Amino acid sequence: MIGLAPWLIGFPLIGAAILLLWPVVLGRRSIDRWGHWLGVAASAASGVVAFILMFRMIGTPAEGRSVDHHLWTWLSAGGLDVDLGLRLDPLSLTFVMLVTFVGTLIHVYSVAYMDHDPDRRRFFAYLNLFVAAMLTLVLADSYLLLFVGWEGVGLASYLLIGFWDTGRPSARENAVAAKKAFVMNRIGDMGLIAAMALLFAHAGALDFGTALSDDSVGSMSQATATAVGLCLLLAACGKSAQFPLQAWLGDAMAGPTPVSALIHAATMVTAGVYLMVRSGAILEAAPTAQLVVVLVGAVTLLFGAIVGCAKDDIKKALAASTMSQIGYMMLAAGLGPAGYAFAIFHLLTHGFFKAGLFLGAGSVMHAMGDQTDMRRFGGLSRFLPITWITMGLGWLAILGIPPFSGFWSKDGIIEAAFIPVEGQPWRAWVFGTVAVLGAAITAFYMTRLFFMTFGGRRPRWTEGQHPHEGSPLMWWPLVFLGVGSAALGLVLGIGGTFTTWLEPVVGHAEHHEPVLPVWLIITATLVVVVLGALLAFRMYAVQLVPEEAPRGSALTRAARKDLYQDAANETLVVRPAFGLARVVQVGDRDVVDRGWSVLPQAVSWFGGVFRKAQTGYVRSYAAGMAGGVLVIAVVAWLVVGLGGAQ
Amino acid sequence: MDITNYVVLAAVLFAVGATTVLLRRNAIVVFMGVELMLNATNLAFVTFARMHGDLTGQVLAFFVMVVAAAEVVVGLAIIVTIFRTRRSASVDDVNLLRG
Repeated sequence: MIGLAPWLIGFPLIGAAILLLWPVVLGRRSIDRWGHWLGVAASAASGVVAFILMFRMIGTPAEGRSVDHHLWTWLSAGGLDVDLGLRLDPLSLTFVMLVTFVGTLIHVYSVAYMDHDPDRRRFFAYLNLFVAAMLTLVLADSYLLLFVGWEGVGLASYLLIGFWDTGRPSARENAVAAKKAFVMNRIGDMGLIAAMALLFAHAGALDFGTALSDDSVGSMSQATATAVGLCLLLAACGKSAQFPLQAWLGDAMAGPTPVSALIHAATMVTAGVYLMVRSGAILEAAPTAQLVVVLVGAVTLLFGAIVGCAKDDIKKALAASTMSQIGYMMLAAGLGPAGYAFAIFHLLTHGFFKAGLFLGAGSVMHAMGDQTDMRRFGGLSRFLPITWITMGLGWLAILGIPPFSGFWSKDGIIEAAFIPVEGQPWRAWVFGTVAVLGAAITAFYMTRLFFMTFGGRRPRWTEGQHPHEGSPLMWWPLVFLGVGSAALGLVLGIGGTFTTWLEPVVGHAEHHEPVLPVWLIITATLVVVVLGALLAFRMYAVQLVPEEAPRGSALTRAARKDLYQDAANETLVVRPAFGLARVVQVGDRDVVDRGWSVLPQAVSWFGGVFRKAQTGYVRSYAAGMAGGVLVIAVVAWLVVGLGGAQ
Repeated sequence: MDITNYVVLAAVLFAVGATTVLLRRNAIVVFMGVELMLNATNLAFVTFARMHGDLTGQVLAFFVMVVAAAEVVVGLAIIVTIFRTRRSASVDDVNLLRG
């Protein structure tokens, strides 16, 4: 097993290296012809390795499934020894399967989607780089190596959001979006660095085996555990676009659609949830931090859902939905062992149905001449049947209609949210209600998206559109993801297969019964979901959708502007920061610099005075010298004379 | 003959030389003043050597002569060059290096 795991990262890394370096050394004409297939092959090779490892792990008894592969000693400095190693356990392998399988499908899709882009090779190089970094992140056996992957996916995300930044003014939006994502992620990274520093100060090690052991966590004070937990949460908020660091995700849709599907829906943005679940031991030692995690999840869940209801741009609506769904996962991750398995389960099913929805959106955009405004779609079901059916499966999955995959995972989270917490009876009711309410709003905005795009008898297209399905390279991945959206939950959810699978990592969850009977929770959720969907169906399929967005209520207008998140950031953070910078700049220039410049000015003034002695007349110098000698002689004579007198 | 007379003569000669340097404008004359001061010094050296019965002063006088000869060569060359370019031998005309 040791022999294979590094190849998971190795294949895409080598692919990225070849794709980036070949043109430098050997020119780009040759590699531009087959470079994209090299990218697909690198990702697929990684996927094959993942499958082999998966089957081997299934064949291993549950207690032997968590294996640390020591590769080499990375750095040894004083008390800090960090070994470079990979941890292969059911949790990391779940991620590996998701990343390589969905990643390879999206690679294949991109071959067709990016067909006309002259820079397709570079695109695949970045995609491979992303896959390598993401696998490093999830396979790392220490926080330090995890951080390497963490930064790697941030870099790949930045490069891909700004992929179409050609330097022309029209592409400025791409550059700004890329920078926004990068900078907001840096804020989260500060949290991860601080958490690592705290962990190192406490445990003297950064590998999961030592830092998260019972010894280490057990001896941690309440304050330390809370601080580490909150720092990790900050990191997770940055990477997973959770409140209050959520503003970058909507703008990140400026990147090509396959990027949105892979990075900003299925994998990278869920890294925060992975971090929370991986660090579960610390969170369990800090109930306050756990409560904050649940709160962040709940707020983001509603935030994303409300924003998603008002967006007319199909990609931005999906981005808001992603934010909201990750809010669900975050909420579950904060609920302790009862929630971990469902957080990861929802992450997995969400990876499938949201990637499918994004690729479907890409397919629609491809057919409609890169139009993203849903008010200009309508009636597309007849022209794009495959996209219609596969997106339909994704739609039913995200709604949580049984037996589609979202039902199994989301329902688990809602039930877990209703589990009472000792001493805080309000929590189960508040968070349970939020989760159910979120499901209803999800049903509304996803139904709205689905019927604005495919429903309606009268198309609202712009002139000269002839929508048609793309090449098989585009719709086969859609079919795979559609099948996954439909069946994955049933396969893994029935009888708790997935929960058992994760047990070696997250532990067995003994918990109280929910405050409401389970059948009532399921029924109530389904009822509000169907009501939400029916309302949207009535508004956007039965009634005509205006081509121009109506003015809408105050809430709609706020949601269109992402609930004023940019204005809030601008007022609360950017302006004060600019103000502070301005104060420092003026202080430096007018106080420090001016203060110090008194010294050279004084020297200059004295120089000006003494300069006048240099008349240029030789005779005046001679007189000066003669006078000086005379003075010295007189002084010497006086001194000697006085000395002699004594 | 009282040996202090020589010292007084040296002092008078030095004063004449110094006054010449300070008061005259013509470079050649200034130069002559310098020479006069040097020779006044030489006279003082020799006088004190005799006074103390020590040859060091006399040896130093020779050194001064040699250095003065070299100085005359360089100094006259400079004065001639300045005269050629500026048509003047006045030291007050050469004041470009003023502050």
